[in-house]
Amino acid sequence: MESILQYVLYLVILVALAIPLGGYIAKVMKGDKVFLSCICRPCERLIYKVLRVDEKEEMTWKKYALSTVLFSGIGLVIFFAIEMLQQILPLNPEKLPGLSWHLAFNTAASFVTNTNWQAYSGESALSYFTQATCLTVWNFVSAATGIAVLFVLIRGFVRKKADTLGSFWVDLTRTVVYILLPLSVVVTLVLVSQGVVQNLKPYETVSLVESFETEDGTEVTEQTVPMGPAASQIAIKQLGTNGGGFFGVNSAFPLENPTPLSNLFEMLSILLIPVSLCFTFGKAVKDKRQGYAIFVAMAIMLVAALGIIGYNEQQATPQLSAGGQVNLTTVDQAGGNMEGKETRFGIATSATWAAFTTAASNGSVNSMHDSYTPIGGMITMLQMQLGEVIFGGVGCGLYGMLAFAIMTVFIAGLMVGRTPEYLGKKIEPFEMKMAVLVCLATPVGILVGSGIAAVWPGVADSLNNPGAHGFAEMLYAYSSAGGNNGSAFAGFNANTPFLNVTIGLVMLFVRFLPMLATIAIAGSLAKKKTVATSAGTLSTCNGMFVFLLIFIVLLIGALSFLPALALGPIAEFFQMIG
Amino acid sequence: MSKKQQGLADKDMVIRALKDSFVKLAPKTQAKNPVMMLVYISAIMTTILFFLSLGGIQDAPAGFTLGIAVILWFTVLFANFAEAIAEGRGKAQADALRSARKDVEAHKIPSAEERDVIVKVSSADLKKGDIVVVYAGEQIPADGEVIDGAASVDESAITGESAPVIRESGGDRSAVTGGTTVISDWLVIRVTSEPGESFLDKMIAMVEGASRKKTPNEIALQILLIAFSIIFVLVTMSLYTYSVFSAKQAGIANPTSVTSLVALLVCLAPTTIGALLSAIGIAGMSRLNQANVLAMSGRAIEAAGDVDVLMLDKTGTITLGNRQACEFIPVDGNTQEKLADAAQLASLADETPEGRSVVVLAKEEFNIRGRHMQDMNMTFVPFTAATRMSGVDYDGNEIRKGAADAVKQYVTDKGGIYSEECDEVVQRISRQGGTPLVVAKNHKIMGVIYLKDIIKQGVKEKFADLRKMGIKTIMITGDNPMTAAAIAAEAGVDDFLAEATPESKLAFIREFQSQGHLVAMTGDGTNDAPALAQADVAVAMNSGTQAAKEAGNMVDLDSSPTKLIDIVRIGKQLLMTRGSLTTFSIANDLAKYFAIIPALFMGLYPGLAALNIMHLESASSAIFSAIIYNALIIVALIPLALKGVKYREVPAGKLLSRNLLVYGLGGIAAPFLAIKLIDMIITGIGLV
Repeated sequence: MESILQYVLYLVILVALAIPLGGYIAKVMKGDKVFLSCICRPCERLIYKVLRVDEKEEMTWKKYALSTVLFSGIGLVIFFAIEMLQQILPLNPEKLPGLSWHLAFNTAASFVTNTNWQAYSGESALSYFTQATCLTVWNFVSAATGIAVLFVLIRGFVRKKADTLGSFWVDLTRTVVYILLPLSVVVTLVLVSQGVVQNLKPYETVSLVESFETEDGTEVTEQTVPMGPAASQIAIKQLGTNGGGFFGVNSAFPLENPTPLSNLFEMLSILLIPVSLCFTFGKAVKDKRQGYAIFVAMAIMLVAALGIIGYNEQQATPQLSAGGQVNLTTVDQAGGNMEGKETRFGIATSATWAAFTTAASNGSVNSMHDSYTPIGGMITMLQMQLGEVIFGGVGCGLYGMLAFAIMTVFIAGLMVGRTPEYLGKKIEPFEMKMAVLVCLATPVGILVGSGIAAVWPGVADSLNNPGAHGFAEMLYAYSSAGGNNGSAFAGFNANTPFLNVTIGLVMLFVRFLPMLATIAIAGSLAKKKTVATSAGTLSTCNGMFVFLLIFIVLLIGALSFLPALALGPIAEFFQMIG
Repeated sequence: MSKKQQGLADKDMVIRALKDSFVKLAPKTQAKNPVMMLVYISAIMTTILFFLSLGGIQDAPAGFTLGIAVILWFTVLFANFAEAIAEGRGKAQADALRSARKDVEAHKIPSAEERDVIVKVSSADLKKGDIVVVYAGEQIPADGEVIDGAASVDESAITGESAPVIRESGGDRSAVTGGTTVISDWLVIRVTSEPGESFLDKMIAMVEGASRKKTPNEIALQILLIAFSIIFVLVTMSLYTYSVFSAKQAGIANPTSVTSLVALLVCLAPTTIGALLSAIGIAGMSRLNQANVLAMSGRAIEAAGDVDVLMLDKTGTITLGNRQACEFIPVDGNTQEKLADAAQLASLADETPEGRSVVVLAKEEFNIRGRHMQDMNMTFVPFTAATRMSGVDYDGNEIRKGAADAVKQYVTDKGGIYSEECDEVVQRISRQGGTPLVVAKNHKIMGVIYLKDIIKQGVKEKFADLRKMGIKTIMITGDNPMTAAAIAAEAGVDDFLAEATPESKLAFIREFQSQGHLVAMTGDGTNDAPALAQADVAVAMNSGTQAAKEAGNMVDLDSSPTKLIDIVRIGKQLLMTRGSLTTFSIANDLAKYFAIIPALFMGLYPGLAALNIMHLESASSAIFSAIIYNALIIVALIPLALKGVKYREVPAGKLLSRNLLVYGLGGIAAPFLAIKLIDMIITGIGLV
């Protein structure tokens, strides 16, 4: 009961914060004056001046798309170079060597695509310079790129008979300066107040309060404690649905997430912007109900996922309860399946984080999903396989969902005897082609990637477990890449040339194909005139539409992944219940 | 082209369709339909696998592979049959039309004045601009415009309507169609089409489906279906590797054969809608043809489904063609009976429907019998454009009836009085939507006849239904705004355009379109052509001019003004059928997964047997049942594809819930039952 209250509280705070933020973002998108303008406007102007950006420029969809791709492409190359050369670059007190080419590629692709899949271990592989100039920078700009593309799509719906969709550079700058930076400052300050480290010191060695013996009998009395500018990176890793922890074990690590309050803030930060953007959308298309409808569809799926994960983890497994070796009751403790979960957080907080982080394409964790019950773990995987549209990544989650909405109006629109339209714009072959590319990139990326990996020699060696669970680990890795999520089933050793390259390619594919297709849809929609609505028009803001949208999202997910899940978590589940 | 002919053709049509099903197996034909192409390739693949298994390279037991191959071939044939049977109706129609198109001898003349300088040529050699003369009993050799003469023409070859129609030079009845026959008199015709491009040629091509291009909506749907197919190709391919991986982990042989994965692929691919998609489109066109409307493109039918503004001509659509007398209103102290008597006398020789209605009303209300003109020595004064009155003279008496201003002039010219009272009555009738006819006897006003537009029965309800569906109805009339408003209110239309001119119609359409509406209209005259060209769905009357027909994107062979409503219905029904069957097809996949996944992997993970909720007998019976269902459902749905799903005039929300319930939920439930049933049958008779 108490945990249900906890779940509800998390959601209520989240929505309460998101509604005003959504309105704020809508204003930023349009370039209206906001309360932060007095601070942000000079910064914005300075950036335009230094970078020689024409603030008034209006781009066609092709130019916008080209700018987006070039920006990310050149970023990827620079990122790769810094990683390879970090030993000769400054700010490397631990004298860490350059990365292997495949790990460097994988990491660069991972951060540029807002995935933050970490085949490296943060504190033991990357210098402060690399962390700051690559990881942190891309935490901001990859998130901003996603939001910029969403802005373009919204403009596509709003503008009539127009050829242009705004400027990529302006959208990018505004998003960073007005939205991401101010929010990060707030979250960073809160985290620092809770004890998250924020310095540039070399790692410290401390003696343990209680020494312990390893299995081979040596006594351990000291521990190396990693340091670094963690708090600031954690703030943006959460806000920008990046998820790449400063430290390898991510937000399960006490220096990254020390207290219940820091945990609450980090958790809310995961979904804050994705949720707000639903309201931004409604406001920008001048029909708030459209935004609510999308929000409700996403929220219902999130609550369902949260419920299933929470229930399964609380119930634990028959093996744990057998013979009474593990106390599963909730008297004076969290109970349930505590394997892989921090005792500081317990079931409810861990399950919520797991649901949030895989719903949003965040990927940071405060518990190990590998140790979840089969069904609990399956839901985290499924949320990524659905294409990260249950709120999803900042910007990209919503534009992904809008592509699903286009597919939904197409089928539903036909059933009411009209050629389909969404928000007054006719959906024709071009939009359909592009929407299909958006919606199918994730299934294609995951199925092809994992399909090849399944027969690639040596991949089985990366698994931590045999049988169905081992298969689930591999499937999870590709699902995580295919959803641009970045979380992992911890048992899986992903740092091999084959896995680094294929997972890197999957991440690039599922990020940029939908992105370009979305910009193309926007370009085509903007050129159209708006069709009048009547009683014969399919409503896209009522319960029926919400139901249908959920149905289509789940249907495409289920049809694509049911066989794969049957061989992984579902088989494991049946083995578990015997 | 009547219904009777089609009924008789049924058996032949089926035989022809069966033959065509095999003809359509040509790879070139298959390539036009990507989803069925996938099945086609799968059928070829399993057939090869069967022969390989005979040669010792075994993927699965030879009998199993053969069974799957045979069912896949049937699936392809069923899809071909669906398309062929849909085309069949059109082909039968086309054959009938072709018999009308046969070459005839044409009598070419140099000009309308030199009708006797005849050069005999074949109709196939007639060029645009040639002038021909056609006498009674001859077939009109080509499409054209009548430039001289008037004649009655039998157009049944095209319209199916046996009553002859009048065609004459000038005006809106000057267009003639090649292949029709002159019954009386003669016509001089200027040819307006090049050989091979005549109306009849176009019509044959349309009904036959030869020039049928895929519409944008069909293309968009096909993109969706291809996307699903690609996903399922990847799902089955990756499933093979997953299965290799899992089997290796478990240390057993790979349990899945290529054949069973191909079967899974075909089951999952949206074959039901893929097979029926083109049949649905052709059937929609054919339903339109049955309604005697010829669409110039499939696109026009779809646009009809989208239309939300209907511009309807008042006369013939909303009101009966003629006004009727409904009241005698005496003025200046006259009695009603005297007025009725005078009015009847004035109308005795008036053969217009209005005149007859006056006679009838007088008889009904005052029992005044119609008298004979000869008996009373009467002379009839007919209506002329100059006097704008008609009436009779008898025994020195003069009775006149006519429009208020005309009678007013007539009376005042002779020193009579046009009283205030009379003027008031005239005004009142106009306000109520009626037409006042003033009657005067010997230059003295007797009273006014109230002529009323009679609203057709049931139109009000029809318009209310349309409103529920979000379609606005707009009445177009030449009446003055006051009269128009009254009729509009009575008929329940949403809006009206009074004193309509071609220019105001065009402006009206443009205004609606700029607000994002899609407008449909009917027209016949040359002066309608600009408005027709502007409208999104423009139905030209077959009786109309060539210009109107060219401007429209549909031609109504019956020239019926209410056709628009039927056209919208057919358009909506076409789109609904497409959407509903897509939903059905995709919803089916759930059951197919539950049939096949446990069948494939129970060996690997026995626990998965729990997913076999249908309790199918064995792995191979499960796969067979699913794939047999997949093939049979195509045949089972052919009638629905041809007839179209049921259509009701209700708001979009209700339509959606109803169709979702039937085709969505039905699509999920039906295959569970059907697959179980097939499983019981095939295991019962020992097939597997």
